[in-house]
Amino acid sequence: MIFGIDVASMILGGLAAGMVLFIVSVGLSITMGLMGFVNLAHGGFAMLGGYVIVLSMTKLGLPFIIALIVGFVVIAAFSVVMERLFYSKLYRATELDQVLFTIGLVFVMISGVTLLVGPENQPLTLPSYLQGQVDLGFIEYRTYSIALIVIGALIMLGLWLGFERTRIGAQIRAAVDNRRMTESLGINIGRLFTIVFAFGSGMAALGGGLGAEFLGLDPQYALKYLVYFLIAVSVGGLGRVTGVFYASLLIGVLDFVLKKYVPQGGTMFIYVMTILLLLWRPQGLFGRKEA
Amino acid sequence: MTAPPPTQALAERHKLRWWEPLPWILALGFFFAFPNHLGFGAELLIMILFALSLDLALGYAGIVTLGHAAFFGVGAYAVGMLSNHGIWSEPLSGLAIAAAVGALCGLASGYVLLRTTGLTLLMLTLCTMVLLEEAANLGQEWTGGFDGLPNVSIQPLFGVFEFSPLYPTTQYLYVLGVLLLCFILLRTLVYSPFGQSLTGIRENTLRMYAVGAPVRRRLVLCYTISAAIAAVAGGLWAQANAYVNLSVLSLDRAATVLIILVLGGYGRLYGAFIGAVAYMVLSHYLAKIYPTAWQLGLGLMLMIIALFARNGILGIADSVLTRLRGKRAVP
Repeated sequence: MIFGIDVASMILGGLAAGMVLFIVSVGLSITMGLMGFVNLAHGGFAMLGGYVIVLSMTKLGLPFIIALIVGFVVIAAFSVVMERLFYSKLYRATELDQVLFTIGLVFVMISGVTLLVGPENQPLTLPSYLQGQVDLGFIEYRTYSIALIVIGALIMLGLWLGFERTRIGAQIRAAVDNRRMTESLGINIGRLFTIVFAFGSGMAALGGGLGAEFLGLDPQYALKYLVYFLIAVSVGGLGRVTGVFYASLLIGVLDFVLKKYVPQGGTMFIYVMTILLLLWRPQGLFGRKEA
Repeated sequence: MTAPPPTQALAERHKLRWWEPLPWILALGFFFAFPNHLGFGAELLIMILFALSLDLALGYAGIVTLGHAAFFGVGAYAVGMLSNHGIWSEPLSGLAIAAAVGALCGLASGYVLLRTTGLTLLMLTLCTMVLLEEAANLGQEWTGGFDGLPNVSIQPLFGVFEFSPLYPTTQYLYVLGVLLLCFILLRTLVYSPFGQSLTGIRENTLRMYAVGAPVRRRLVLCYTISAAIAAVAGGLWAQANAYVNLSVLSLDRAATVLIILVLGGYGRLYGAFIGAVAYMVLSHYLAKIYPTAWQLGLGLMLMIIALFARNGILGIADSVLTRLRGKRAVP
């Protein structure tokens, strides 16, 4: 019985972490799948979003929910500016140029935040209704983790509906599968990408804020978790919302379980799995083979 | 002035140009002019060698890797572990061992990873490097874990010249010698038919397949050589600094070497020299005083290079020169 509770709490914790991973990575997956753009600055947008959210709570006294919305909107708007000014110039450039540009952008973001706010960790204080434990019947668990799981599941549902049931979702799916054909049909890919990019960066900001409580939030955030975001995207498959969802949850739970039972080599196992998986299926677990 | 016909240019491409001995004269001049900065000088030369190894893979063969520090680290740990556990501490053969281990890693990972391209390749090289970093972190008994190996004692070079940490004259000249040897090897290689075929693969892989070139074998061989040279650079780093720590395997170092190469200009050998000098001097003096501003400047520089100056400092110099020449021709 104790063992069962142990497993349940580990899985819940892993799911909560996985949901944050999903919220941050989903935008990266779609932009990479749509434009083939290697955006290493995605973690930077998450970091900036986390800062906007935490600072608007501590400095302006906004409530948590409002701060999350503010973070989403501010970073989405900021990313539209970046996309129009810079990213759009590099769509046809080589991967190397994209990598260099986005690494440079991460450096600028990190040093900019360090100069403006400071290098120290910004603690996030949760509102009282998200603190403490909640009784689930079979187990008592942290309210915030349960809230994260619910939020993540709702976002997944919303995204899935948006992808499958709306016009713009259909356009995005079409463009991921065959960009040229979609362009020939008269769909404005440039505008589509701006929208997706803004939305993805906004989601990253949301994830940065939601995860700040247990991932911490300092300028180095942008690079510290980048490998995890990239793994989630490449395991899930480019441009696949459901793929990233499952991959993120898998990584989240695996990470929790491994840290518990193999505290020494846990991360190594995830890297090895990723390498083997990518060799076996370069398009990711849930991705479709290139035509 | 009439341009030589293309065949002649091709036949004479490997000939020594008048300015090519310059870097070596400057490097020797540095030895006499700044006897107090030889430690920094040795570090600079090592980064040049490391950047050269990346230039072969990235600049000539077009293999975009984010994990080249893996081989640098493997070389450094090979030398460090052999010496620290009292197995082997002769410097030159130590480098040879480092090169062999690096080549082996390059061959194994290249054989497996070079099936893929693009983002997958980026991810795989990156994952391999962080995997090795994690392994070095965990294998405490052998690698010293997070603290690294603090004491890497090296026997005197040729049994005569001591490696003194306070007066790194031996280290500087030793590193310079190894750099020269590796450079001659690389220069010969890139001007050889093998080097030309690598450039061909970079420019148009499909066409190289069509003319019957063994594309994958060439790429794996190139990656192996590049890994061996990177491991030599890592081995030199361990010998010159007399310690090894996790920084030799980090994403930081992989990014640094990429930045150095791109700053100078890739696919042209001398870009590594210009880039390393520009980067190391700036970072050595600026980063200590204003670390944040340095990172900001570096980031902006990278963004500008990616957007406007794809061939780095040498590329800019090239286009300025051709423009000047063009003006002179039309009075």
